[in-house]
Amino acid sequence: MTTPANDASKGPRDTMTGTVPSGGGVAPERNPSVATRERRTAAISPSGETPYLVVEDLTVQFPTADGLVSAVNGLSYSVPLGRTLAIVGESGSGKSVSSMAVMGLHDPKRTRISGSIKLGGDELVGLSENELMKIRGDAVAMVFQDPQSSLHPLYTVGNQISEAYRVHHKVTKEVAKKRALEMLDLVGIPNPIRRFKQYPHEFSGGMRQRAMIAMGLVNDPKLVIADEPTTALDVTVQAQILDLLNNLQKEFGSAIVLITHDLGVVAEMADDVLVMYAGRCVEYGTAEDVLARPRMPYTWGLLESIPTVSAANERLRPIKGLPPSLLALPSGCSFNPRCPYADRVKGERCTTDLPELLPVDGAGAHTSRCHLHDKASIYEAEVAPRLG
Amino acid sequence: MSDTVRPVEAGTANSPLLSVRDLKMHFPIKEAAGLGRTKKVVQAVDGVSFDLRPGGSLGLVGESGCGKSTTGRMITRLLTPTSGQILFKGTDIARMKEKQLRPFRRELQIVFQDPYSSLNPRQTVSNIISTPLRVHNLVPKGQELHRVQELLERVGLNPEHHNRYPNEFSGGQRQRIGIARALAVEPEVIIADEPVSALDVSIQAQVMNLLEDLRRDLGIAFVFIAHDLGVVRHFCDEVAVMYLGKIVEQGPREQIYTAPQHPYTQALLSAAPDLGTIRGTPPKERIRLVGDVPSPIDPPSGCRFRTRCWKAEDICATQEPPLTPKTKSGPGHRAACHFAEPKVDLTAATA
Repeated sequence: MTTPANDASKGPRDTMTGTVPSGGGVAPERNPSVATRERRTAAISPSGETPYLVVEDLTVQFPTADGLVSAVNGLSYSVPLGRTLAIVGESGSGKSVSSMAVMGLHDPKRTRISGSIKLGGDELVGLSENELMKIRGDAVAMVFQDPQSSLHPLYTVGNQISEAYRVHHKVTKEVAKKRALEMLDLVGIPNPIRRFKQYPHEFSGGMRQRAMIAMGLVNDPKLVIADEPTTALDVTVQAQILDLLNNLQKEFGSAIVLITHDLGVVAEMADDVLVMYAGRCVEYGTAEDVLARPRMPYTWGLLESIPTVSAANERLRPIKGLPPSLLALPSGCSFNPRCPYADRVKGERCTTDLPELLPVDGAGAHTSRCHLHDKASIYEAEVAPRLG
Repeated sequence: MSDTVRPVEAGTANSPLLSVRDLKMHFPIKEAAGLGRTKKVVQAVDGVSFDLRPGGSLGLVGESGCGKSTTGRMITRLLTPTSGQILFKGTDIARMKEKQLRPFRRELQIVFQDPYSSLNPRQTVSNIISTPLRVHNLVPKGQELHRVQELLERVGLNPEHHNRYPNEFSGGQRQRIGIARALAVEPEVIIADEPVSALDVSIQAQVMNLLEDLRRDLGIAFVFIAHDLGVVRHFCDEVAVMYLGKIVEQGPREQIYTAPQHPYTQALLSAAPDLGTIRGTPPKERIRLVGDVPSPIDPPSGCRFRTRCWKAEDICATQEPPLTPKTKSGPGHRAACHFAEPKVDLTAATA
């Protein structure tokens, strides 16, 4: 286990700093809310290492005809180089929206983003499109869920990979081609010279995902955001791709943010885990903490809902009800209408007060958002036996 | 709903409700280049046989393109098989004409994977569910709504919502509507084609429990098609693993999961990401397959799995292994492999 050896620059929790981060090229006028309210929350990763990506109090809102949708609400996390953070949640929990914000992929005209996203110390929120272009694909790369629709069907795969290299490096086509062939080989595509000239439709699903990864890694990014990289793949191919990501991380030491809904994938890949529900982080800690000692009823519910290969449980215990609409979040804890333990909290706190994201044992880096007092004993006595 | 309860009678439990024998589906494809009419076919399903007993549940597992959905569509006769038999209570329905088939359509229903594209967006829920009632003349005129509401309640939806359109429901609720539509005609067999794979984890468990209740309370037999090994283990008594149009291993659930014989089943089980392995703890043994599934247009000779198999020898290319019981296997457990051998440590228990 790690100790919260916070380095001194990350100040105490809840320090109000009324200042705008004055990094290079910040355009505060577009995000006035950054200026008015910047809250420092626990931005140290559960490992205690110096993080490369630091997201603090990130809020992403979409104004719609029906009202303001807060897709991400006050999200904070950090990822050091060489570590993998898995963001877990159901559809609509905000996991993809938050990572698209890191890539600067939201249309600024239709989105309100506040908070801070720091990459190696540089602020990304508020950067202009041109500045973001320099970062995208270079320092940060994204691997999308569906390689079928994220590769261009009319260009050869080789062309697309070498273009990604040429955008960020002033090199000749030959050099870029050599680099692309190198990458195809690295991600385990047999016969790269022939594959270089082929179009995406000539690739199988697994090969396409490998090509996507090759394209993402062509510039040696320090941060890779993998958004459901294996959801569209078969299980044997999924295992190949996860191995590949693991090996590449060991070789290049990049930070990985893995977005997934599959807790099995999380268990195999992640160092740290962040569970999202209705736009908020509800539990955050090392993979061991969150999966083996979870301290939030939603995480318990997720773990209990999965039929696993290793055990044929008698009956699944699903979480009752549906995830709430982001337009009309329940008051208090967003999970309270579905929470089977809400009646154990004294009074009406679950329906009136939004719980803070607090350390589960008073101090450590494992945090959860729940009013329950005796989370540890409830888990050990009731939930753990059912998980077997 | 008591009228729909069909408890499994002891006498009939042994004779299968549905028997599939050597079922084949070859789709012809057009060759773009070349002059001659070289007829090529996609061998989507190539000789599948299994039995389903009343109230039983058979899982068809495999990766995409292995023919599991095609098999399901042939059983419900949404596709006409190239050859083979589909015996429902002893009657072969494989080549029946549409008119003769009508009464059997009532007995064999299907629930589709995608709850978004399998419901007509311009029909109300009540219309969607009552159409099969009208087609089969099951309910006297004027009482359809009552039956629709009964069905909605059975699948856990609010009966008041019968006048709504599919777009007003979430994915899990839509899947329930699809299930209610299948239930409307009181079928004996439901083919569930990936019924939960489009749903979120928490919703998936709700729908799984619903299907299980239906199986228990109404005695409906299920052919459960899925790629998720965990879901299949949870739901099915018997499991058939398919690879490239053929069943490579078949047997009782516990046998398949605890002592798989075929190398492909072993690889499939070891590839499934499992919560038991949290980084830092020693991981279970890994079998990593290389490459992709070969094309079903031109499948490998002999054993179809040999191109990715680590046990393959010369005999695998020349002789196709039959699906037979092996020396070390339990009753009812069969595998199609020359070198079948049980492997027991692939799904080490969690915790």
